Amino acid sequence: MFLIPCPWCGERDEEEFSYGGEAHIERPKDPDALSDAEWADYLFMRKNPKGTHFERWNHAHGCRRWFNAKRDTVTHVIEAVYKMGEEKP
Amino acid sequence: MAHNPLRQSPLAHLGLIARAGQGADDAGIILTEAPFTDHIGLRGDGADTAFAGAVEKVLGFALPISPNTVTGKAKKTALWLGPDEWLIVVPFGAADKLIAALGKALTDVHSAVFDVSDSRTVISLSGANARHVLAKGCGLDLHPRTFGPGSCAQSTLALAHILIHQTDTAYRLYIHRSFAEYLWAWLEDAGAEFGVSISTP
Amino acid sequence: MSAQKNRLGNGGRINRGKPLRFTFNGRDYQGYEGDTLASALLANNSGAVARSFKYHRPRGIYSAGVEEPNAVVQLETGARTRPNLQATEIELYDGLSATSVNCWPTVEFDIGAINSLAARLLPAGFYYKTFMWPKSFWMTYERVIRNAAGLGKAPTAPDPDTYHKCHAHTDVLVVGGGPAGLAAALAAGRTGARVILAEQEHDFGGRLLSERGDIDGIPAGDWVGLALAELNAMEEVTVLGRTTCFGYYDHNYLGMVERCHINAAKSMLEPKDGPSERLWRVRSHQVVLATGAIERPLVFADNDRPGVMLAGALRAYLNRYAVRPGRKAVIFTNNDDAYRSAIDLHDSGVEVTALIDLRVDPDGPLPDAARARNIQVMDGWVITRVLGNRRLRAIEIQRLTADGGAITGEARRIDCDVLGSSGGWNPVVHLHSQSGAKARFDDALQSFVPGPARQAERSAGAANGAFALDDCLGQGHAAGLEAAKLAGFKSKSKTKRPTAESIDEAPLKAMWIVPGEAKPGHGSKHFIDLHNDVTVADIELAAREGFHSVEHVKRYTTLGMGPDQGKTGNIPGMAVLAGALDTEIASVGTTTFRPPFTPVTYGALAGRDIGEFSDPARKTALHHWHEQASALFEDVGQWKRPWYYPKAGETMQDSLNRECLAVRHGVGILDATTLGKIDIQGPDAAEFLNRIYTNAWSKLAVGRCRYGLMLGEDGMVMDDGVTARLAENHFHMTTTTGNAARVLGWLEEWLQTEWPELKVYCNSVTEYWATMTVCGPRSRDLLAEFTDIDLSAEAFPFMSFKQADVGGVAARIFRISFTGELSYEINVPASHGLGLWTALMTAGEKYGITPYGTETMHILRAEKGYIIVGQETDGTMTPNDLGMDWIVSTKKDFIGRRSLSRTDCTRPGRKQLVGLLTDNPSEVLPEGAQLVFDVKPQPPMDMVGHVTSSYYSAALGRSIALAVVKGGADRMGETIHAPLIGKTVNCKITGPVFYDPDGSRIDGA
Repeated sequence: MFLIPCPWCGERDEEEFSYGGEAHIERPKDPDALSDAEWADYLFMRKNPKGTHFERWNHAHGCRRWFNAKRDTVTHVIEAVYKMGEEKP
Repeated sequence: MAHNPLRQSPLAHLGLIARAGQGADDAGIILTEAPFTDHIGLRGDGADTAFAGAVEKVLGFALPISPNTVTGKAKKTALWLGPDEWLIVVPFGAADKLIAALGKALTDVHSAVFDVSDSRTVISLSGANARHVLAKGCGLDLHPRTFGPGSCAQSTLALAHILIHQTDTAYRLYIHRSFAEYLWAWLEDAGAEFGVSISTP
Repeated sequence: MSAQKNRLGNGGRINRGKPLRFTFNGRDYQGYEGDTLASALLANNSGAVARSFKYHRPRGIYSAGVEEPNAVVQLETGARTRPNLQATEIELYDGLSATSVNCWPTVEFDIGAINSLAARLLPAGFYYKTFMWPKSFWMTYERVIRNAAGLGKAPTAPDPDTYHKCHAHTDVLVVGGGPAGLAAALAAGRTGARVILAEQEHDFGGRLLSERGDIDGIPAGDWVGLALAELNAMEEVTVLGRTTCFGYYDHNYLGMVERCHINAAKSMLEPKDGPSERLWRVRSHQVVLATGAIERPLVFADNDRPGVMLAGALRAYLNRYAVRPGRKAVIFTNNDDAYRSAIDLHDSGVEVTALIDLRVDPDGPLPDAARARNIQVMDGWVITRVLGNRRLRAIEIQRLTADGGAITGEARRIDCDVLGSSGGWNPVVHLHSQSGAKARFDDALQSFVPGPARQAERSAGAANGAFALDDCLGQGHAAGLEAAKLAGFKSKSKTKRPTAESIDEAPLKAMWIVPGEAKPGHGSKHFIDLHNDVTVADIELAAREGFHSVEHVKRYTTLGMGPDQGKTGNIPGMAVLAGALDTEIASVGTTTFRPPFTPVTYGALAGRDIGEFSDPARKTALHHWHEQASALFEDVGQWKRPWYYPKAGETMQDSLNRECLAVRHGVGILDATTLGKIDIQGPDAAEFLNRIYTNAWSKLAVGRCRYGLMLGEDGMVMDDGVTARLAENHFHMTTTTGNAARVLGWLEEWLQTEWPELKVYCNSVTEYWATMTVCGPRSRDLLAEFTDIDLSAEAFPFMSFKQADVGGVAARIFRISFTGELSYEINVPASHGLGLWTALMTAGEKYGITPYGTETMHILRAEKGYIIVGQETDGTMTPNDLGMDWIVSTKKDFIGRRSLSRTDCTRPGRKQLVGLLTDNPSEVLPEGAQLVFDVKPQPPMDMVGHVTSSYYSAALGRSIALAVVKGGADRMGETIHAPLIGKTVNCKITGPVFYDPDGSRIDGA
């Protein structure tokens, strides 16, 4: 079980969190301007890298805040966490 | 419950008052239901001085800004739940006036004030083995080096979401009322190896 | 009861004043407190104690620890029985009873031993090759194979014991209570750091218990006692015996099992105070792995005969348990350490008939000490034959050729009844490897040792390949200091490390297969994995058949797949594979080390999460009233909801009919507390709802309610519910019971991650309100007795909301309806719920008020064609599919809108919601029944949809059903069929609204 540093509450067990998948996917401003294929890409396609991954977590059983994490998917080392809206480290 | 015959705590039917004092004198665990305090949910931007200042004026003390801490006095406390979320705990019957006062003070500030008095009950856990019982179901590090009086945290205890507030004398466990019976039974079970004594508030 | 023939008169860590009786395979024995089942059996000269897994060859006790492959037993019978335990790991208690697994009918006469004669028919991969044809017969074969294999028996009765779990946080976790672990714990503990020291055995000291020697100038056993006393006196140090660290997970999270119930004074059969076992979930800042090493055997012909053991185990039994493992001993080694066994045996009066060292001219203090005792050292010789089937009688040895690759000269026969072999020691790198690190092959030790750490851990002592006692102490001390320092604790004073005498040892000589008269597999067997009967020949065959990856070879041959997980056989097995593939052991690598290190009971993993604690039962404020009213309950998520309220003599359908008709003609009352309720506040609340729901919210007047449909971004229906506007910037949203938490999470996700600019706060108030739905034509009359507000249809119209005093309690009343009848959803603070409900029941008596449950609610809403999310929808239904395009705004964007115009969402032939009326009005279709247009005599048929809801409607006097059917909206009036077992039900497709289609009843009769 991971030990995840919530940017507010500090290190907590993974079971307090829910996973939110890949980070930094912006909802298209004008969905109608997108082709079906482009919309499907936004909807369904996610990166699954071996190595550095930017992902979202929610401290569901704690402060309820969403935040981003930079995690190595091989070693599971969480290299950084940062609040929503902050720059990627 | 004499104050209002209609009100019922979620643990009312367990007959806890009748069972009080029956445990062994050397019980490692003392359990008490402390129902019917009033709870107010408060949302707002803690970093916004207009918000924090207005609230401080009404409460008479500043909201805790440091995560997982508690401020206030014996009869009025504010628990940090998130960077824009607090739980204010006041004696029974005091919520309406305070909600009105906060609402008035925050008229022009983006905020939310709402009554959640009946959402949770409070189980007070004390005794020499209190921390051992919590360790059976809660992943928080409650060692005095990291958690002590004036600390609060939300987490899970057994299979329920929990808000824990440590006071000078006990852990106050805020539990949503639909889970209260489950959690009470779990605490009695987990405490059995240390001996459980039930007490009245 | 037989005497303990092999027990020495003095020494050992057993209590001769405390004899313990036990039974093994039906025979009575006696041992002492401090014994394991294995040591007690050896003391009684037990000989063969088991049969092997495949060939059913007789086997004796082989080791003295967790690596035991042979002595696998079933402990006790009845509810507390445990299968497949190693006798070396069972602490003896009075009254213990155990039997061998793998033999039928007895160890002495085993029918399965016929397999041994048919060994040529049981090569590696035998099961895969033989039982795969015809494919459909595998199930039959498997049953027979399992019976023959006899892997112990699971208990059939519920476990009467309790198991607990706990979390622990520490600065330093030290795994292993041997010299390195004790030194590490002392060093770390003295800094003031929080330390947990876990030792799998009840006695601390690890290998020290089995050796003779001093630490800091006093006997090692005394030093252990002093160390423990100091550790136990430290406030922040937790010392756990009988605690196995079985798993090393991410971010320094480790799993341990503490066996609390074991006590020599107490039978396992007795009920105990407190838990039987305790599962520890430890989060440690730093970890010190002092897990020691396990000896590996030499692999020679028929190396599995009872009496053949590990050399180190011989002196463990001798020194720790005061058991003489035999009368005439032979040691066979490739290293210096095994000389200690010869020396200790000799010094205890056991005749050592030969020490066979496959090295030439061994030199150093240990060989010198053996020679000084006149022990016959046969260097450059190897064992080529083992004589004795049920019990070792003698061996034959021959000289190795100069290059060591073959044997030469005359065989010599040496009598013996016990033989200890040693091929060197393997550091226990299991936890290190589980942590994600890669073990590295060390050429000098010919074994895997810890590689660079990937988590915050370090190995010390034998686990790190440092076998000498003084090195163990030094490394342990340094590791403890380093771990504490990295956890933020500096050594307060200079503490001296414990020391021991250093004894030089010459390097070992690797020889993975001892050459013999014939090639392995021809006439004799060279066993690699004793538990699973995997031989050198099996591994070589696997390699010839193309299995080159060690992971494949493992699964093909079953190497290392027994309860012992190959703790003695894996490294020799990999070496043999490397030889067969003509490559290095390092490049063959190890199989993946996975938790658990030793087996963990299901009881420990489950802990108290069983029965009432397996899942919280969420109860409403009215729950105990429902119980008193004899309600049956239905699980909705974690909630207990009244399903229906049977009266004496009623069938379920009778109850439902009664409840339904009461609502349609009088007044019913439903506990709707479980509905999700979300308080939404802020200047952008209406705009937020516009984006979340498919319909528009800006113009909803204060005091009015609106039904809303929520989609996922994929356009599929996710949830629905009614939301009321309490004030300009304040809404009260309701969600389905099962989705309450999910919807709040969904709202927060959009607010926090996508639209932080919106000024909106969402908060769950589900638990705050008790909700009761008073429903039916007489509901207005009833409610009027409790409130002063004008309840007329004009003053309080359908889809509106009032804040009012109801029975003395501030309530929120919503005039909404899930039944089509006049209906009030009354919300009061939960602690007032029971009081109001009881008052309503009393006052409602004159109207025949009837409590109804979820089943009646489902029937009533189905009569009206109202969907239930999760019943009519399954994550693939759009609003259009449900015939609900009327609720989808075309004037604004909302979540999921773009997806509705994807080609797949607009194509013809999508499943659409319809009603079904069976030709036979009393026939109630089963929910889930598949539907076809063309009935064929047998499947497959072209399935065009399925029944989603189906009930008998008392109001209509017939059955009704809802279904989803491909293109159903265009096939009204057509006939469709539900082929069931033994019959086909014909139905007509209709619209989904069966009752009061023009809504005339909504304001009351």
